[in-house]
Amino acid sequence: MVLRHWYVLRSSWPRLMEIIYWPAVSMLTWGFLQVYVADASGRAAFAAGTFIGGVLLWDILFRGGLGFSITFLEEMWAHNVGNLMMSPLRPAELIASLAVMSVVRLLIGMIPVTLLAIAFFGFNLWAMGLALAAFFVNLILTSWAVSLAVSGLVLRYGLGAESLAWTVMFVLMPVCAVYYPVAIMPDWLQMAAWALPPTYVFEGMRELLLHDIFRGDLMVEAFLINLGLFAVAALIFAALLERARSAGSLLLTGE
Amino acid sequence: MLASPPVIEVENLVKVYRSERAVDGVSFAIKRGSCTGLLGGNGAGKTTTIASIMGLLRPTSGTVRVLGADMNRERHSVLHRINFESPYVDLPGRLTVRQNLAVFARLYGVANARERIAKLSEELNLTGFLDRPTGQLSAGQKTRVALAKALINEPEVLLLDEPTASLDPDTADWVRTRISDHQERIGATILLASHNMSEVERLCDRVIILSRGKIVDDAPPPALLDRYGRDNLEEVFLDVARGRGVFSGEKTS
Repeated sequence: MVLRHWYVLRSSWPRLMEIIYWPAVSMLTWGFLQVYVADASGRAAFAAGTFIGGVLLWDILFRGGLGFSITFLEEMWAHNVGNLMMSPLRPAELIASLAVMSVVRLLIGMIPVTLLAIAFFGFNLWAMGLALAAFFVNLILTSWAVSLAVSGLVLRYGLGAESLAWTVMFVLMPVCAVYYPVAIMPDWLQMAAWALPPTYVFEGMRELLLHDIFRGDLMVEAFLINLGLFAVAALIFAALLERARSAGSLLLTGE
Repeated sequence: MLASPPVIEVENLVKVYRSERAVDGVSFAIKRGSCTGLLGGNGAGKTTTIASIMGLLRPTSGTVRVLGADMNRERHSVLHRINFESPYVDLPGRLTVRQNLAVFARLYGVANARERIAKLSEELNLTGFLDRPTGQLSAGQKTRVALAKALINEPEVLLLDEPTASLDPDTADWVRTRISDHQERIGATILLASHNMSEVERLCDRVIILSRGKIVDDAPPPALLDRYGRDNLEEVFLDVARGRGVFSGEKTS
């Protein structure tokens, strides 16, 4: 049985990657958090609700992506991809339907949680008002871009790449400053952080909660990066769809 | 000579997977309203040919045109006029039969979808389980539902890959009758890949025999029987599979 599972493991690079990157992600996230809370300003920020705010906004990013990917995986699990690809449905329409379902799933999951945050911790995410709309748009766009690329990988490499749908977003977590400001990261990592749209959202959230300032400039920058990111993801998806077509994996979807 | 432009045109189709030539220079044209059987053993290239015709597989070289559209570049202009059934795909098991048919009716832009589903349910005897989850149906019932999905848009071109595989003889016969009905009713063009010789003999007016990715014979069933001096297509198939066919230059005994 060990041999049977070893064969599966070594035949799928996404499965191997998942095993390797999890410990690194955990170490980085909680390490930076420890550095932050060791400082008085970090403790003050937590008191202002930046931690729970980060948790809730992170969930928009994570659940939004998961909703997109899971909806696509449902078709893979059902062996229905061939039926869809043979129907007049265009790839852009498929992507639009995944995006709509991601928002539907997100709202079903997030609305009750935000109400619970009010009831248990007195933290009202909705009080962010229009800023929340800007945060939401940027986070959901990033989640769609990442999940679109992951869906392309699943289409090409089969369900062996499925685990990426659940875990890939966590790669961003230590880098995009969810729970601590970009400033506490090493300089070289800060450059990577500012290349990611969610960083602008989480920094914007801290500005809003700590100084009551809405940083529209950060949201515009995030939006522009998101447009580029989504365009790249769409190209990756299209390229992987073509590869799947060449390899014959549109009909034979599986492990 | 074909009187009208062929509905399916395959020209010098080649598909290479790594170093294996799954289809090797296959060419044929299929006229409107005909039923053509693609016959061949495992690995002969039937599914690869059908998948290339559907545009789900990009050929290494060669062209495929269906209803005049290049299936590599313009498939979306004709997909609403085509449909297929294949053992390699399923319908979502958690959706009821009615929900699955409703979804595909919408995808194919079927007008009066409700009436179409009701009519298909009656014709294909689905009414007893229309509101049951598709995943809970027997193999025979699932095949009928898959056929209903394949007929939902009244396709002018119907591509069938082993439509009766794993069915009992009674259900298989019943399915063949429905396929035949569809062809007669709207003059559909059907391409059928099968291992089942009696199925091909019954439904098809032309048979293309594939072996190792190449066409080794192409004729109406009576002509094949005559040429190989056999009583049925199964014997012809065995001749081809064992290299005793006329294509190899040997006489059949």
